[in-house]
Amino acid sequence: MTLIRSFLIILLFLPIGINAGGVEVQLDKAPIDTRDNDSIKRGAESFVHYCLTCHGASFMRYNRHQDIGFSSQELLDNIIQTDQKVGDLMVSAMKKNEAEGWFGVAPPDLSVIARSRGADWLYTYLRSFYRDETTATGWNNLIFDKVAMPHVFYELQGQQMLKVKSLGDGKESKTLELVIPGSIPKAEYDKFVADLVNYMVYLGEPHAAHRIDLGIKVMLFLFAMLGLTYLLYKEYWRDIH
Amino acid sequence: MSKQQNSVIQWFDDRFPLLSTWRAHLSEYYAPKNFNFWYYFGSLAVLVLVNQLITGIFLTMSYKPDASMAFASVEYIMRDVDYGWLIRYMHSTGASMFFVVVYLHMFRGMMYGSYRKPRELLWLIGMFIFFILMSLAFTGYILPWGQMSYWGAQVIVSMFGAIPYIGDTLSQMILGDFTLSDAALNRFFAYHVVTLPLLLLVLVFVHIVALHEVGSNNPDGIEIKSNIDPKTGNPVDGIPFHPYYSVKDIFGVVAFLIVFCGIIFFAPEFGGYFLEYNNFIPANTLQTPDHIAPVWYFTPYYSMLRAVTVNFLGVDAKLWGVILMAMAVVIFCFLPWLDRSPVKSIRYKGPYFKFALTLFVISFFVLGWLGTKAPTPLYTLLAQIFTVIYFAFFLLMPWYSKIDKTKPEPKRVTK
Repeated sequence: MTLIRSFLIILLFLPIGINAGGVEVQLDKAPIDTRDNDSIKRGAESFVHYCLTCHGASFMRYNRHQDIGFSSQELLDNIIQTDQKVGDLMVSAMKKNEAEGWFGVAPPDLSVIARSRGADWLYTYLRSFYRDETTATGWNNLIFDKVAMPHVFYELQGQQMLKVKSLGDGKESKTLELVIPGSIPKAEYDKFVADLVNYMVYLGEPHAAHRIDLGIKVMLFLFAMLGLTYLLYKEYWRDIH
Repeated sequence: MSKQQNSVIQWFDDRFPLLSTWRAHLSEYYAPKNFNFWYYFGSLAVLVLVNQLITGIFLTMSYKPDASMAFASVEYIMRDVDYGWLIRYMHSTGASMFFVVVYLHMFRGMMYGSYRKPRELLWLIGMFIFFILMSLAFTGYILPWGQMSYWGAQVIVSMFGAIPYIGDTLSQMILGDFTLSDAALNRFFAYHVVTLPLLLLVLVFVHIVALHEVGSNNPDGIEIKSNIDPKTGNPVDGIPFHPYYSVKDIFGVVAFLIVFCGIIFFAPEFGGYFLEYNNFIPANTLQTPDHIAPVWYFTPYYSMLRAVTVNFLGVDAKLWGVILMAMAVVIFCFLPWLDRSPVKSIRYKGPYFKFALTLFVISFFVLGWLGTKAPTPLYTLLAQIFTVIYFAFFLLMPWYSKIDKTKPEPKRVTK
């Protein structure tokens, strides 16, 4: 019986062992703190200056940002770049058909990009642009080959070049090297991207922090109820044998 | 009870079978006293059903079944509707938990032989509920109109297209168009919010009526009705559903809510299994995703669909896949007649049944896991092997359940 049992257990986990050894792109862990509203606010300002020119965040309203501490006046002064009102959706200034003409594809809406791509992917992506003269924009990306988006932060980050090293067996390692420094040091640029990614995570689910806070209260209530209902059940069942 | 209350109840009871219904289905409905953990999932399924109905009504108030607005309207619910995020997560988590609860409820029936005589019809009604539930899940998953909604639906609809002669006409009838478009979204919305919930409610009602006619099975698989107390006329091993099981089920409900709310509040995507990451990309009719995977509860069947890779008997591999997938679900209906064991419950069944059931559970999990992965030759081979095991559990049952060495059933229920 033990033999049969161990056979069955091995059978269950067989495919998981087989799965090991898959090739995947290594992503850097995004150093973000979703509770850090200052970081989210810094990210929001970068977002509207750099991203919102081409991308929309058109499921999000400007006044939602009051949740993270922006006042209406701050929104009008620092966040809203056009003549939009505080209750408006964050649509892009760029027209879709024009964008298709310029880039070949329309830049995707970024409202929920952090939910489909994940924070780590965004953090790695925005730091992995390199110079590539063979592409239309002159830029390429280590984790998104032939991406239509140019490197919008090159003045900050500087220019990176791709280094390919052969490891034998047809395998190769690809790394990026900073050849022309940008206006800010690497550590500062990484922090800039982290703030931006932190904002995009917030943008993906603005109520996430509230959800977790409410969840803790709900769980406390339920655990108290669990105790009470258990005692009630035991009380009623005392005479059942 | 005060005199006044009594007279109000009396007024209703003279005009409606109020007290007799209360007694027949709750306060004097005798259920076996030895229900264990596995017997919580029936009442929990009702709880999730109610959750889906109520949250569904609120979602309908803000959702727009229009291909150009559906995705945005879901995000509108998530951001701008007061507690819209909570309502939406309750509904999306409820969908997955419905399957968790129903799969466990079905597994309980398989362990304790709850499908055996006289509960064959009860089991069949339950299977119809399961079919409706699958249709509800499918039509509901299309509504957010994300990439997985769209391309998942493409896969399912193309299955109908694989049926010879009538396939193309049938898929056009389902879609209301030549391709998956706004017309299909509108009719799937109609099915999801009107047709299917109505059918589900009727079937659940009928399921409970049938249950109360034949009485509940129990972990020992023996009939409590065959041992009646001559003094009271009630089963010796039975206890009134109310208050005993109503109180016990309330405890079960709270325990379940801890899990349910834990997911809603702390992991609503559940690692991409309850809400797929790719479904946060709006549907793009021109861009097929690299990897289309259904939500976890359909993955065992999806694996079987993909497992058939060769044409045989002049029939296309794809059509065999569809047939196999449909059979994998329908075959549960035949359980009452496939099981030839002299005993009902796994407690008194022999090693063959226990081994077969364990293999079946393993194949269900492995197929489910494979269904979430992109196919490789090795995965396809594994899917084929486990598909054979899955079907062998059912098809060989008349043989192994008959020759199995069973233990004698007790006269009275045990703990």
